[in-house]
Amino acid sequence: MSTVRVLVGTRKGAFILTSDGKRENWDIAGPFFAGFEMYHLKGSPTDPNRIYASQCSGWFGQLIQRSSDGGKTWEPVGNKFAYDGVPGTHQWYDGTPHPWEFKRVWHLEPSLTDPDSVYAGIEDAALFHSGDGGQNWTELSGLRGHGSGSSWTPGAGGMGLHTIILDPSNLKRIYIAISAAGAFRTDDGGVTWKPTNKGLRSEYIPDPAAEVGHCVHHMAMHKDRPGVLFMQKHWDVLRTDDAGENWREVSGNLPTDFGFVIDVHAHEPETIYVVPIKSDSEHFPIDGKLQVYRSRSGGNEWEALTKGLPQKNCYVNVLRDAMAVDSLDQCGIYFGTTGGQVYASSDAGDSWNPIVRDLPGVLSVEVQTLP
Amino acid sequence: MTHTIRLQLPYHLRNLAKVGSEITLEVEAPITQRSVLDALEARYPMLQGTIRDHVTQQRRAFLRFFACQEDLSHESPDAPLPEAVASGKEPLLIIGAIAGG
Repeated sequence: MSTVRVLVGTRKGAFILTSDGKRENWDIAGPFFAGFEMYHLKGSPTDPNRIYASQCSGWFGQLIQRSSDGGKTWEPVGNKFAYDGVPGTHQWYDGTPHPWEFKRVWHLEPSLTDPDSVYAGIEDAALFHSGDGGQNWTELSGLRGHGSGSSWTPGAGGMGLHTIILDPSNLKRIYIAISAAGAFRTDDGGVTWKPTNKGLRSEYIPDPAAEVGHCVHHMAMHKDRPGVLFMQKHWDVLRTDDAGENWREVSGNLPTDFGFVIDVHAHEPETIYVVPIKSDSEHFPIDGKLQVYRSRSGGNEWEALTKGLPQKNCYVNVLRDAMAVDSLDQCGIYFGTTGGQVYASSDAGDSWNPIVRDLPGVLSVEVQTLP
Repeated sequence: MTHTIRLQLPYHLRNLAKVGSEITLEVEAPITQRSVLDALEARYPMLQGTIRDHVTQQRRAFLRFFACQEDLSHESPDAPLPEAVASGKEPLLIIGAIAGG
């Protein structure tokens, strides 16, 4: 029977939750790296025992950990993220120039073909790559240097490159997103980049339809339709059907289109999930009711999924990297909250159960489906 | 001339380096913050970047260097450490600033 392994990054360590394909009984391992902020953990698609983890602390800075046995043991690898050349400035919150400074790794994305190849999205925003299992990191500086970098601004959580999507049909095509700059795409393996924000409107920037400056919170893609992406922006849920050339809003009947996470069903490319959050001023669910919304039509028509989720007095948030799906026949959906709960649905969202309730605040959730 | 230096690391760095509460290092003179940290990072490469910045080599802001009841954090990295540290009588302490949990 298949096994599901859920990799959870929290504000005070990492946890690994394991179950068989029934997803009823869970083994909880951890905390790993107790006391550290674990921004993200992710396994290699080609070698599931190879897992990378971003470990950081205000005291000791950034570390990268690597496991080659499915998370049982770990070894620290390279943690030197040096920008290519003189990084210059981006805009600070008040619009003044501010020096580019490395702060942390927000997201690690292992290659689709090589377990020793992995990308890192960092704050202040840049994309790095390692081809030796995380020992050495090199900036793909064409992104930061493509021309608009000096106008990028941090979002409330910092100026992080938080989304990295590798196109399985074209290994030279990569999508990334930055708060608050927007979405970008490369078609040559990261040498050159273009902003892909046409159709986005953001009232919090001087030109709401500007080429860059949008606070994209997260993006998701189904592996069988790599030209179709879904986006949860600061406000608005959007989709593109032409690889980011044009976006259109699909918020439809959502009670609020602010939120952080978005993900796609493993077997139904038009079935997508978001967790609506009240507003950018109040980062919790409306009326204290935690609800996942599902669209089976690729957006616009949404249904609330509430069975098993708290429907009163719930004031948690679900951060941008804290939702994932497994690839079992009956698709499982998982998300973690800032209150330390990790919820799982083994029926595509129809019903939910907490795997664990009292972890530190959850920063990220990834899932591995193992044979 | 080689000196045997005693060094105490904060809890998380002890875990990272898989060492106990105090370690000893063989350090070539002159005995300074820089020479001690160079020897530390050479023996425990996983500590690179955790005490001082990879590029600027500056002390990370939330770490302090104490020895002999003195705060040496703002001394030059090339200034000689106290004789009691150089002789191994007293340890050099690397301390995490008290800044919340």
